[in-house]
Amino acid sequence: MDPTKPIIEVQDLTHIYSAGTPFEHTAIEHISLSFHPGELVGVIGHTGSGKSTLIQHLNGLLKPTSGKVLYKGEDIWKDKKFTHSVRGKVGLVFQYPEYQLFEETCWKDIAFGPKNQGISGDELDARVRRAAGFVGISEELLEKSPFDLSGGQKRRVAIAGVIAMEPDVLILDEPTAGLDAAGRDSILENIRAYQQAQNAAVIMVSHSMEEVAALCSRLVVMNRGTVAMDNTPADVFTCADKLTEMGLSVPQVTSVFALLRAKGLDVPPDVYTVRYAVARLLERKEGRPC
Amino acid sequence: MLKDITLGQFFPGKTVVHRLDPRTKLLLLIVYIVALFLAKSYFSYGLVLAFLIAVTLLGKIPWKAMTRGLKPMLIFIIFTALLNLFYTKGGTLLVDWWIFEIWSDGVRTAFFMVLRIMMLICGTFLLTYTTSPIALTDALERLLNPLKKIHVPVHELAMMMSIALRFIPTLIEETDKIISAQKARGADFETGSIIRRAKALIPILVPLFVSAFRRADELATAMECRCYHGGEGRTRLKVLRYARIDLFAFFVGALLLAGVIVLRRFGL
Repeated sequence: MDPTKPIIEVQDLTHIYSAGTPFEHTAIEHISLSFHPGELVGVIGHTGSGKSTLIQHLNGLLKPTSGKVLYKGEDIWKDKKFTHSVRGKVGLVFQYPEYQLFEETCWKDIAFGPKNQGISGDELDARVRRAAGFVGISEELLEKSPFDLSGGQKRRVAIAGVIAMEPDVLILDEPTAGLDAAGRDSILENIRAYQQAQNAAVIMVSHSMEEVAALCSRLVVMNRGTVAMDNTPADVFTCADKLTEMGLSVPQVTSVFALLRAKGLDVPPDVYTVRYAVARLLERKEGRPC
Repeated sequence: MLKDITLGQFFPGKTVVHRLDPRTKLLLLIVYIVALFLAKSYFSYGLVLAFLIAVTLLGKIPWKAMTRGLKPMLIFIIFTALLNLFYTKGGTLLVDWWIFEIWSDGVRTAFFMVLRIMMLICGTFLLTYTTSPIALTDALERLLNPLKKIHVPVHELAMMMSIALRFIPTLIEETDKIISAQKARGADFETGSIIRRAKALIPILVPLFVSAFRRADELATAMECRCYHGGEGRTRLKVLRYARIDLFAFFVGALLLAGVIVLRRFGL
């Protein structure tokens, strides 16, 4: 796969809900974006900015009102079969995915996706175990009912259910919502592990600036149905004012450093992770200019 | 997809029809239905139809909404029309071809039956289009209140009904979400034999039931936390009161019914 070519892109995408009724509502307007293999992209934006609508277009769950979605350069709506097969290539994990579990055992639930793709036998078993491995679900849990698990474990099983299809593009809608700190960190670690092992493109919707700052190499900021910014986290978080205007915030460490700068301390403006902040401060302490 | 269901959807508004007491509207609907079933001739149907059209105009309900509501009933309407057309004998013979016979009375009955069904549906839609479900259950509770004397749990039934109504959109939304999620995992609901399609519903129904039970449980807890203990001694935020327009509406209703009965007496 050519890493310079986008694996998935949207061109001039517009979606209008309930078109032609009194409840007509434009969710996204003229969006053009492309995502490459190996990228880890964070999508941020206030509630109702069109994030969920956008990601549901990427695997053909929603049909664009106008514009195109291309998977490896091909229009995903060109025929029904292709749309269906793209859903296996572009894995979408919804918000609170644990509410979609339905099978008797975790194994069966994780196997649902790959089975729908036509995989069976040893390959199916291998995929289920591999996916369970990525999210840290142990062998003995696989035989248990998903309804007996804890909330965090359920979430992992649900994510494994999508990972088992081994998609080239993995999209997650707030994968860490409602989890405790430890659960959050380990799920993010799992996502990164999958991205590196498969060289997949990962697109993650999140409300936590810390999370996207620590994980993502690129940030897409949505505002009122359009893309407001599309840049590296460093560049995005430099525009703190613009973000606040859109009802978003910057990571806490970035605010701390902004306040330090306001107090007249000579610290860099592009700090957005604690680790980076520590490194720069240590550099400073050693007397080197930053 | 599922969100497009229009059956009984409420159109918020501030027209006279919207402002009428829901009890008035409920009773008026009953009067309307009785009048409709008493009607036998072009004149009396015309009278009832005029009433229907007047209320639709007053309520500012788009015609499109009315016709869209009729669509799901189309097969039923056509079926009724055909049955009446071919099985009513009387009057003059219009068509006699092979085993089919069409009599003038058949055409007349078919026409009236279709008209009656369509007007029946439109009338009920008018009620649900202009009255919020909550107001409707309130009205029902108040109207059935006398039954409390014979130990019918009227309040509890009304509460159950309003909870059920309240959760219909939530459950539809939830179903939509689950369908999307299972589709994202490659589930296919559109192709295959009936048995395959029925089996394909399991991944939707299981999570739906699980979440419905979870919601019911949470709601019960929340209600208990607010000391809900049934209808005894319970007061309302919005007390239903008949106003002058209700009196006027009842007058119009009575006029409609009287008109149809008089026309019937004269054999029209």
